[in-house]
Amino acid sequence: MAYADDVENEELHEPTGFIWKYVWSQDHKVIAIQYSTTAILVGLVALVLSGMMRMQIGFPGSIDMDATAYYQAMTMHGMIMVIYLLTAIFLGGFGNYLIPLMVGARDMVFPFVNMLSYWFYLVSVLVLLASFFVPGGPTGAGWTLYPPQAITAGTPGSEWGIILMLVSLIIFIIAATMGGLNYVTTVLQARTHGMTMFRMPLTVWGIFVATILALLAFPALFVSGVMMLLDQTIGTSFFMPDMMQFGSQLDYSGGSPILFQHLFWFFGHPEVYIVALPAFGLVSDLISIHARRSIFGYRMMVWAIVSIGVLSFVVWAHHMYVSGMNPYFGFFFATTTLVIAVPTALKVYNWLLTLWRGNIHLTVPMLFSLAFIVTFLVGGLTGLFLGNVVVDIPLSDTYFVVAHFHMVMGVAPILVVFGSIYHWYPKITGRMLHDGIGKLHFWITFLGTYLIYFPMHYLGFLGMPRRYYAYEDYPFIPESAQSLNAFITVVAIVVGISQLLFLFNLAYSYFKGAPSGGNPWRATSLEWLTPETPPKHGNWGSSLPVVHRWAYDYGVPGAELDYVPQTTSAEEVPVHESDHDE
Amino acid sequence: MLTQARTTSLPFAASSGYFDQRSASAKTGLHLLMAAMSSMFFLFLLSYILRSQVSDWEALSEPWQPLAQTGQLWFNSALLVVASISLELARRSIRQPDHGHSRELLLLAGLSSFGFLVGQLVFWNFLTSRGFFAGSNPANAFFFLLTGLHALHLIGGLVAWIVATVRLSRQRRQPTEEGLALTKLSIELCTTYWHFLLVVWMFLFALLSSSPSTYAAIAKFCGLGD
Repeated sequence: MAYADDVENEELHEPTGFIWKYVWSQDHKVIAIQYSTTAILVGLVALVLSGMMRMQIGFPGSIDMDATAYYQAMTMHGMIMVIYLLTAIFLGGFGNYLIPLMVGARDMVFPFVNMLSYWFYLVSVLVLLASFFVPGGPTGAGWTLYPPQAITAGTPGSEWGIILMLVSLIIFIIAATMGGLNYVTTVLQARTHGMTMFRMPLTVWGIFVATILALLAFPALFVSGVMMLLDQTIGTSFFMPDMMQFGSQLDYSGGSPILFQHLFWFFGHPEVYIVALPAFGLVSDLISIHARRSIFGYRMMVWAIVSIGVLSFVVWAHHMYVSGMNPYFGFFFATTTLVIAVPTALKVYNWLLTLWRGNIHLTVPMLFSLAFIVTFLVGGLTGLFLGNVVVDIPLSDTYFVVAHFHMVMGVAPILVVFGSIYHWYPKITGRMLHDGIGKLHFWITFLGTYLIYFPMHYLGFLGMPRRYYAYEDYPFIPESAQSLNAFITVVAIVVGISQLLFLFNLAYSYFKGAPSGGNPWRATSLEWLTPETPPKHGNWGSSLPVVHRWAYDYGVPGAELDYVPQTTSAEEVPVHESDHDE
Repeated sequence: MLTQARTTSLPFAASSGYFDQRSASAKTGLHLLMAAMSSMFFLFLLSYILRSQVSDWEALSEPWQPLAQTGQLWFNSALLVVASISLELARRSIRQPDHGHSRELLLLAGLSSFGFLVGQLVFWNFLTSRGFFAGSNPANAFFFLLTGLHALHLIGGLVAWIVATVRLSRQRRQPTEEGLALTKLSIELCTTYWHFLLVVWMFLFALLSSSPSTYAAIAKFCGLGD
């Protein structure tokens, strides 16, 4: 590790003027805010789309939405939430803001590439949103975009919508790769003095491993995207089999739709962990800080993150049990799926053991963290059902699956996003978010999402299929299911609207929030020890911080405060005599 | 004692220059990029093998097909080998006090890479002139797609090559320590990247010109065949 002394003496070229400071900025903090703001805005579009779908399901015909619009809303909702909101905000938002600050660097190692990464991301979002305005509208192929239906007439947006979707994804992958090179290289090469890999906060570990997954898994989406784009535009037959369309033979022949599914899920499953690992990291830090307790089993947590990352590449076909496969493959993928539950469960135990006998402060970030643990647990347990072939087959394509993945990779990571924003907002703006509004936002969101998704498991058991535009006149779906659907819709609308509380809080507290000072949560990691809050360009003033310890010295017996910052050396810590006797 | 158990006074890494830091970062970044690219090409090749097992596949390497004569592609490969070797020699000669023939070698590398791209285009032209379009058979589609993507990555490399060339000529006009370090770094990164692209091309060439029975054997080995 050599983050050279010369770096400290390097002249800091602080940008001047609004454009260079806030628009074409190469500062990781500005880029982080650009990424997060864009992600949240496009996420709101996806939220509105889900509200519209829920209105159609709960109260059929209540809004002007036909089947085409429903499928388009469903597709765009899924893709936006998974890729353009969650991936972007965890890696581009939190990764950008926190990695350099937490490892004690002045910025990312390739600031120009970092800036390009954001602008490519913005272009990908604009291309995606442009598909609302092309003839035929956006694609309605479902977020998995399975061929042949994705590019066959009859599927909404099979001409222009799908092209824009694929182009947007390709641009996004280029953006994510440029960002990813930065995050990983910064962690490997720009850590400050004394910051060994095993002294990094778990947040950095989570984002670091998730980014490596992204660098290796996004190419699979790229490969499948490029090949489908060629099938659609120049008539190749990579994925398109011989088929009839409206009574006439298409020009395609011999392509393999299953090949697309393999490629898609070779990306798609690591993608779950690209979202989950940063959430694991962030929540570990929130729990430790707000329970004033050192994280339980730090090294175990790191190895769990790494092994989840490795295993995530060998479970993809559990998304394809009903596509048909050799039973031995099914057995293999069911086994790996169950094996991945081991390091995951280990993390849950360690969070609980961190809380055990901790001095738990029920702050808003802590509330969101606790909510994350239970939500992730429920979502994870239903994953064990679906990971087994024989249980999956009857539950496949029912609302049980919808409930499972919304709990585990929708709600759980979003709870961490909220908790983390409440936690780091004071560092970003110098002001606290309003506590009362935060708690109200928390309770509505937490209880609300349970009321939405928990009943969906029962709907799944009843056999209610997912992806249907309307559920009337199916004898196997009892009428009571419709009452439950109406109930879910009402709650979903309430939860959706309540997110305005959060947005209001962000805006209100920016101007009127209580000043936070540099370290309102009494935290040990480097980002809380910057000379200024919010940190200025270059982060550390004249000299880089020097790290002497891990990031989890909370509740330290005998320390003057109940925590010891990472920059405090052993000699500086006053220790009680009695502690020496141990 | 929790606090002290977690505390050590690490000796600081030996202080090295700003350029060491920058160069280490750039190399790590390039290695990561090459890992991501390997993942991409690997998945394409796997798709290629899988798709080749469907009956409508008309392998381009059959004796009556265009890839039976690989003379042009061997010539192109030779150009890429020349580019790779000249970059390697340029990387070595830039370390000499008078920079040896680094400028000539760098120019040779650029020209032969450009020649490779032109050569690939000539072969594309040959294919299309004989009626082998991307849409007409999956084997053709893969050929155009894989060689095209490889060429795009080489074009990206040529941008870096231009940077290296500009830096070198600036260094020859106004030598500075900083300029020298940057030039060395640029040439070194180009060299690694070219070696990588050469290896990728060798894999592509070998696979694209293999016989259908080879594909069948690989597919069977991977458990993909019937």
